[in-house]
Amino acid sequence: MAHIAPAKDDLAVAVSGVAAPDRDRRRPFAKLQAVLGTTPMIATAVGVFVICILFSVWWSFTNSKLFPNNNFIGLAQYNRLWANDRWIISVNNIWFFGIMSMTFNMVFGYLLAVFMDQRIKQEDLFRSIFLYPFAMSSIVTGLVWQWMMDPNLGIQETVRNLGWEGFNFAPLARGETAIYGLVLAGIWNGVGVTMAIMLAGLRGVDAEIWKAAKVDGIPAWRTYLFIVLPMMKGAIVTAFILQATGIIRVFDLVIAMTQGGPGISTQMPAIYVIQHITDRVNVGQGMAAATMMLFPIAILIAVRALLEWRARAREKSV
Amino acid sequence: MTTEAMTAGGAAARSVAIEAGPRGAKPQKLSASRVGIYAFLIVMALFFLLPLWVMIVTSLKTMPEIRLGQIFSWPQNLTFDPWLKAWDTACTGRDCNGLKPGFWNSVKITALSVPVSIIIAMINGYALSFWKYRGSELLFGILVFGAFVPYQVVIYPLIIGLSKVGLFATLPGIVIIHTIFGMPILTLLFRNFFSSLPIELFKAARVDGAGFWGIFFRIMLPMSVPITIVAIILQVTGIWNDFLFGLVFAGRPNMPMTIQLNNIVVTTTGIREYNVNMAATILTAAVPLVIYFISGKWFVRGIAAGAVKG
Repeated sequence: MAHIAPAKDDLAVAVSGVAAPDRDRRRPFAKLQAVLGTTPMIATAVGVFVICILFSVWWSFTNSKLFPNNNFIGLAQYNRLWANDRWIISVNNIWFFGIMSMTFNMVFGYLLAVFMDQRIKQEDLFRSIFLYPFAMSSIVTGLVWQWMMDPNLGIQETVRNLGWEGFNFAPLARGETAIYGLVLAGIWNGVGVTMAIMLAGLRGVDAEIWKAAKVDGIPAWRTYLFIVLPMMKGAIVTAFILQATGIIRVFDLVIAMTQGGPGISTQMPAIYVIQHITDRVNVGQGMAAATMMLFPIAILIAVRALLEWRARAREKSV
Repeated sequence: MTTEAMTAGGAAARSVAIEAGPRGAKPQKLSASRVGIYAFLIVMALFFLLPLWVMIVTSLKTMPEIRLGQIFSWPQNLTFDPWLKAWDTACTGRDCNGLKPGFWNSVKITALSVPVSIIIAMINGYALSFWKYRGSELLFGILVFGAFVPYQVVIYPLIIGLSKVGLFATLPGIVIIHTIFGMPILTLLFRNFFSSLPIELFKAARVDGAGFWGIFFRIMLPMSVPITIVAIILQVTGIWNDFLFGLVFAGRPNMPMTIQLNNIVVTTTGIREYNVNMAATILTAAVPLVIYFISGKWFVRGIAAGAVKG
């Protein structure tokens, strides 16, 4: 039992100083309790986030149809995947949707935060208004915007009835523009969160910076853009990660607004996977797509690990 | 606070003038930039409020009025029938029971998943802060990684796994799924909280002879009320708003409200009743919205806490 408690554990050292006499009898038992108490965590970490992922990756190399099997067929599923228009469109869509959403989200999030930072009246009211969409599900968000973008009775028709005959606002009706509708709804839902995180970041910037900028005669907008923004790395990274994980998972919003259409113009990788493990009963193909979805995350983690390792190596050499 | 003071410069006097506005004080110090700031914020606020307004007015109109094509106007003949229909008799395919079965399913799923997921995450966070064992940090690392894994990567093996033990498409099954996918963020939340507590507290309890569970129940649990409220807000809204897991894992009899809503709106046969659809949408959004407006700053804190990197 003793091996459970490594000697270098700082806690062990801390505790041993005061509770030396009965330590040896009770500590291993208490440690065992800690292991038992975290059984669900062990099961989830190992069972779901290691073993399930390994199974998904393994099945992507098989010709599993309705049920998984172990007939290894090499990279055939991946060849089929990248030869499939539906998948190519999905990948292009997620990039386009992701870059558009992220850009608008960050720019408007920061802009809103800067305006909120101007010592305005009713700050809490404005904050509540900007943030409430985030409390709503993607399904609700999608359905409301779908209704407002309705080509026959939505905003387009209302404005035309007012006399502006050429007004166009029905992006979901056409394949080329449908994705802009998704981006708009997504931004409405999520920009408030970016604003809240950025505002917290702004408030955390040292007041001396502002004094110094003022003394130097730098205009406020330049201070915000070139001095304060680079100092808010933490807030920016936080907002970025939050948005990025949401974007790669985008599913509900598309289901509610376009169901991937018109045609296959708003297909997304997440939908591709679900369709292949349900309606299309082609598990092998679905798992190949799922494995591809894991790719960007794996790369990000590898990059982070590399950066950390380099930083540590540099520390040692100094 | 000081940052605001700096940026605003001598704005205090001006903003007083703005607030007093119509009631008399002459807005002589109202500068163009202040007007611009408020104009921008008000325009943005209108953009954000627009969908809520449209939802509400559409749900209170009759269908003939909706066909006039004036989506922003306040209803001329106020009607609450769409609300009643959305709740009680709207159809999804063959069933015409409205949203209420979905509502009660969501209540069941949320009421079970929230406490289970939070208690487990609380124990995790506590153990990871005070009872590190060999491999515990690695487990935590995997869990944080899990926070970024797209759900689609693990969904299928989970379907197979749950079917093997007979829990696929059952209420316990969907509770397990919500517990699994809530665990990374919640564990992070509780670990960060417990790590911030003074170690002396723990040491003193150890000297008194308290063990793993004794310290947890008598000391840590009572201290973690504020962070638990944040976790509850995070989980209730997250689970209530879930669509994908309900769709895949809940099974027909346990279909949550979001799925029922989507079915009502999408699978309408015959004339689309936009007023009923919007009433159903508001009803589905009501629970998280009420939580949001009651909890206020706690909600923001939950988002920020959930987003901190590991």
